[in-house]
Amino acid sequence: MAPANTPHAKTAQAKTQFGYRRHPDQGRPSPAEHPVVIVGAGPVGLSLAIDLAQRGQRVVLLDDADRIGEGSRAICFSKRSLEYWDRLGVGDRMVEKGVVWSVGRIFHGESQLYQFNLLPEDGHKRPAFINLQQYYAEAYLVDRINELPEIDLRWRNKVTALEQRNDSAVLTIETPEGAYRLNAQYVIACDGARSSLRQMVGAEFAGQVFEDQFLIADVKMTAEFPTERWFWFDPPFHAGRSALLHRQPDDVWRIDLQLNRYADPVVEKRPENVRPRIARMLGHDKFEFEWISLYKFQCRRMERFIHGRVIFAGDSAHQVSPFGARGANSGLEDAENLSWKLDRVLRGKSPASLLESYHLERSMAADENIRESTRSTDFMAPNSHQEARLRKAVLSLAKETEFGKRMVNGGRLSVPCSYDSPLSSLDAETWRGGPSPGCSMLDAPVATRGGEQFYLTDAFRRGGTDFTLLSFSNGGPIDAPDSIKGIRIGAEGGFADPLGLVAKRYGAEQGAAYLLRPDGYVAARFRHPTRSAISAALARAEGLY
Amino acid sequence: MPLSTTSNFLRPDDAFRAVVEAHRDLTEEQSADFDAALVLILANHIGDIDVLREAIALAKRRMIDGQQQQQQQQ
Repeated sequence: MAPANTPHAKTAQAKTQFGYRRHPDQGRPSPAEHPVVIVGAGPVGLSLAIDLAQRGQRVVLLDDADRIGEGSRAICFSKRSLEYWDRLGVGDRMVEKGVVWSVGRIFHGESQLYQFNLLPEDGHKRPAFINLQQYYAEAYLVDRINELPEIDLRWRNKVTALEQRNDSAVLTIETPEGAYRLNAQYVIACDGARSSLRQMVGAEFAGQVFEDQFLIADVKMTAEFPTERWFWFDPPFHAGRSALLHRQPDDVWRIDLQLNRYADPVVEKRPENVRPRIARMLGHDKFEFEWISLYKFQCRRMERFIHGRVIFAGDSAHQVSPFGARGANSGLEDAENLSWKLDRVLRGKSPASLLESYHLERSMAADENIRESTRSTDFMAPNSHQEARLRKAVLSLAKETEFGKRMVNGGRLSVPCSYDSPLSSLDAETWRGGPSPGCSMLDAPVATRGGEQFYLTDAFRRGGTDFTLLSFSNGGPIDAPDSIKGIRIGAEGGFADPLGLVAKRYGAEQGAAYLLRPDGYVAARFRHPTRSAISAALARAEGLY
Repeated sequence: MPLSTTSNFLRPDDAFRAVVEAHRDLTEEQSADFDAALVLILANHIGDIDVLREAIALAKRRMIDGQQQQQQQQ
């Protein structure tokens, strides 16, 4: 749905307007050939382009607009996304500008039901979440892209036709100076929930539409509210429905208000109708609107994320309701999952079948995200009298029982999915604790012998974001294939584990080792590593059998 | 542990009676609210999703059987 207001010029300090420039490809008699063409310069397409470029791939990135999207849209970026953006060289900027938070509160009526802390332990480089307007995230990613000559970002290039060939796809692209064609070995469709590439491959986008409507407003005000996520069921200012209040940078606050299914979007979106609702919520009307939008949420996905030479990532492949911050974050996880696989396939280091694991792993994640966000949305907007009754029972039990609090669902916030994946090698030994194969790596503080303090995620990034053996040394180096990078903890020439948190979080005794994939997921782990076991796990994770 | 369908109460009548009496003097609406809360409390006490699913399946099966019996009688 189109936003009613545009962001304030004075808050959107980042550059958001870009010019169309003619490219020599446009004059060629036959389509220029490129290894990768990404369609859509949103957070997913931009991040994927950077990741591929950092791996040495040339990328053409097309976008049909000439400006960064309006309105805040996605605002919650997860720890996992920030760790990914660290690897892309933009993490610091995002966190500097963003609002850091980890505490949420759930209210029912006038009273607080409970509060939660999403990152209750220390020793992580990144917080559980930051809130940041999507236009800032996109602007910082574009700035990073401008440092990378491998990326050719073309604004006002709109894909209007697709022709699949045996080993490539030909795109027809409309520009202000007419149409031209490109031949791509792979096309990555990051063109959003209303993806035109998805229509061109003729794929369905099936799922559930929620009947209730939600009003989303970003308002600018100086307020005393703490930097926390506040969620209300049946608040005094908005009887019978739910509400969400969340802080963004620049004194902008995100407000979500549930409306009934019969509300007229045109009428409800008018600032003069929104203002009294928000004033009731805030207790004053000293605020300005940045953005107002009205949504009906949908949860749906493509059956297959790969169609011939076109691979779908982000909202084009799967769409969720926003409660749980699973939209943009899952799209970024798609990008980090796809990037290293596509790079290996383009280099001929892995067979094209490795890409199938992208579909497998990320459609598994999409199912989990859809399941979680559907449950949250159903809890907020019960579908029947009896569902409403059960919710009422949960909310009343939550006042005096712990189990009731845990059943209250005001959004389950995004954490990385664990993959049941053909790329993982099952544990051959018994482990107590630590991330099992298919889980995301965990962060912890490390230090150099010289005393420099940093984090395991930094060490992984500095090592080159490739297959990496994280080893807990008991003396000599582990005999591993040369292609694997190494992070050694506790050994001569390795890193110190100053708080003992690396060993603790990985459940690792002396001599143990973890094989990490280039996206930071655990491929295998060994309490007593041998070269043959490591080689076999590596080959499996590379898709070589 | 599978769902137990053997009789677990020393005096089953007392258990049945306790639930029946809890509904005394409630309106239909209140009874339904009460049942919803009681189901959630007991489900949490069981604390085993497989047992809960078996219990749900058993309760559903009784409903379907009941409907079929009614249809046969008609």
